[in-house]
Amino acid sequence: MSETKAEKIERPLSPHLQVYRPQMTSMLSILHRMTGVALAVGTILFVWLLVATASGEDAFNTFMSVVSSPIGMVALAGWSFALFYHMCNGVRHLIWDTGRLFKIQYATSAGYIVLLSSITLTAFVWYMALA
Amino acid sequence: MSMKWEAGGLKSPLARAKGLGSISEGADHWISQRITAIANIPLMIWLVYSIINMIGASYYEFGAWLAEPLNAILMILVVLSTFYHAVLGSQVVIEDYIHNEGFKLFKLIGQKLFFIAMGVAAIFSILKVAFS
Repeated sequence: MSETKAEKIERPLSPHLQVYRPQMTSMLSILHRMTGVALAVGTILFVWLLVATASGEDAFNTFMSVVSSPIGMVALAGWSFALFYHMCNGVRHLIWDTGRLFKIQYATSAGYIVLLSSITLTAFVWYMALA
Repeated sequence: MSMKWEAGGLKSPLARAKGLGSISEGADHWISQRITAIANIPLMIWLVYSIINMIGASYYEFGAWLAEPLNAILMILVVLSTFYHAVLGSQVVIEDYIHNEGFKLFKLIGQKLFFIAMGVAAIFSILKVAFS
């Protein structure tokens, strides 16, 4: 934004997703972003709970009836999977930041571990919640 | 936080003068994203554990739980750490996918204001419950 129009530099853009053959690693990468965006949007639900609790019993009960409705339960299920996936894959990213797991076979197997553990954690939490 | 090598920057003076590359906040953004990521792990485990324990709780039970100092403090930390992480993350997503400079600036400012407003609403609510 520092340059004026006359000397505007055309910077290269990242290649678009569609030019690549879908691969497990790239799909998990885009899923990391999608779950991140979903969690960011999901903060609205979280803030709603807190504001409703501060507002009074009626507002709290309205929130609870929305969350325990079928649509609310689907949203919560999606939120929990998004959270666990983003957390597990985030750990994978943190390990990459230390310079480890860069070989393709390790990146792939770590990806499967992430998928498996996030599904397991989601199932475990819902088992605990509904049991 | 500023790094010693950030003072001069890793870029050549020519690149800096031409306005190429990071405007010197890149490292700070990257490190903050990692710090909040690590902080989010125990905070989110606590939050999910708490939500499971609170299922079926009445307004008064939940309010009493949130008013306990440890719970109120951890909840405020949840808001600060996750919302800051969300600001940093959505900034990257906007920068990557929106190429119109004007609209990009609008979105970048908008998402920051959004999370500041949400964060203030959340922390005010926690404090109100905690102190009433």
